[in-house]
Amino acid sequence: MFQTFKTVLARDILLATRRRTDVLTALFFFLIVISLFPLGVGIESEVLRRIGPGVVWVAALLASMLALERLFASDFADGTLEQMLLVPQPLGIVVFAKVTAHWLLTGLPLVLIAPLIGLQYHLPGATQGVMMLALLLGTPVLSLIGAIGAALTLGLRGGGILISLLVLPLYIPVLIYGSGAVSASMMDGAAVQAYLFILGAFLLLAVVFSPWATAAALRISVE
Amino acid sequence: MAINWFKYASPATFYPLAGRMIPWFAWLAIILTLFGLYWGFFETPSILTDQKQYYRIIFVHVPAAWMSMWLYVVLAGWAIIGLVFNTRLSYMMAAAVAPTGAMFTFLSLWTGAFWGKTSWGTWWDWDPRMTSELILLFLYVGYMALHSAIDDTRRADRASALLAVVGVVLVPVIFWSINCPDPNQCAALHQQSSFKGVESNILLAMLVLSIAFWMYSFAVAFMRVRNIILERERNTQWVRELPEVCE
Amino acid sequence: MSFAEFISMGGYGLYVWSSFGMTALLMIGEVVILRRQRRTIIQRLCRMSRIEKRPGATP
Repeated sequence: MFQTFKTVLARDILLATRRRTDVLTALFFFLIVISLFPLGVGIESEVLRRIGPGVVWVAALLASMLALERLFASDFADGTLEQMLLVPQPLGIVVFAKVTAHWLLTGLPLVLIAPLIGLQYHLPGATQGVMMLALLLGTPVLSLIGAIGAALTLGLRGGGILISLLVLPLYIPVLIYGSGAVSASMMDGAAVQAYLFILGAFLLLAVVFSPWATAAALRISVE
Repeated sequence: MAINWFKYASPATFYPLAGRMIPWFAWLAIILTLFGLYWGFFETPSILTDQKQYYRIIFVHVPAAWMSMWLYVVLAGWAIIGLVFNTRLSYMMAAAVAPTGAMFTFLSLWTGAFWGKTSWGTWWDWDPRMTSELILLFLYVGYMALHSAIDDTRRADRASALLAVVGVVLVPVIFWSINCPDPNQCAALHQQSSFKGVESNILLAMLVLSIAFWMYSFAVAFMRVRNIILERERNTQWVRELPEVCE
Repeated sequence: MSFAEFISMGGYGLYVWSSFGMTALLMIGEVVILRRQRRTIIQRLCRMSRIEKRPGATP
């Protein structure tokens, strides 16, 4: 079972390295959205520090959602996905591997680039650490929940915009506690722990339930 | 007494049954609405004096809000039954309930805005309950959008049913996160709702109208499910032989 | 209580009647739309069955 996971993961990452633009688009989309906000709301460091946590998370939500459409689309187009449905190993494992690869390519870069955003928004040093940690816990949840939406809208006309309608409302808890953690770290460092625990709990629940629901959605869509 | 429920799971048997039930629910809804409105407007002047007349908004606001939440549970319930037993009728019921639920969600936001303007002086506030209701509207819209985006009915039914199940599982988490954005002091933010402070005449009108809206939802859902059945089964023999379809 | 007083709702008439009005509009509107939808569907069924019954039609 672990072998299946490893094989699919390695394959997806290999495929992505052949098409590097896909990975970079999501990352640069994230950076552009974040750089637009100061131009829109003003460049006073006080304002930026207040809106920074929310902006980062909203941008992360949008970036991870944009990348979702491609999660299953190319495999669906060339028929690989149908083959994957036939393998004797549980489909949930295959799905989990694909989502992990997807997160490594689109979610992890956001986590790594977070300190840069911290500088843009004048966030204190400790806050940048909390932001990275919160993104590290939160972005996999976004990918896992989003995978359900991607599987449900597989192959539909206008699927990309439809995913956003289905998935964004479900992202709200991650948004609230993710940006809450970053905001809280600026006031009182001790308060942050509770936020991170909740994000961790979300991650555990998402890891357990989402691949299973995504697999069911894939079976409905491909059948 | 053993009833064979699966007998009614066939559209052909359910269609006439729903048709027979519509007038009952419709009349119940009309009578209860009239009674509730009468009670709300004419049996409460002594409590709702001039400064408090805006309070009457609550007679439609609370029932609409309750129904909006209840209908989402009903929708998800039919979705689960559909996914478990694979009965087409359950999916049709889920699809029939959704637009009514979305309508009540919109109504509770609309009336809530007028309520907010009169009692708090603002059309919109990011109050946890209002925010939750807004998110609920998005969930209904997502369900309907997914259902209408898929051409193949079987896939549309099952995919949107799965979405409804995911939605109903996450709804408590979403509402809870909106209710206490700060996990360190959740209890302080939690809103209390209780009937204790509400005057009995107002409560009566509110409850009667809630039941009226519920009966209305039954009637409308049955009307819509009948339309859906006719639409989907138009090529079957039994639809051709219906008395309402001309010879 | 006079009719004018009843309409004015102690100065809150606009708010109260907007709420009740929208509720009535949507709830009655929904029923009207569903009835019209039903009529359209039945008319189409009728047309279909007439076409099939026409002599010389291929079933």
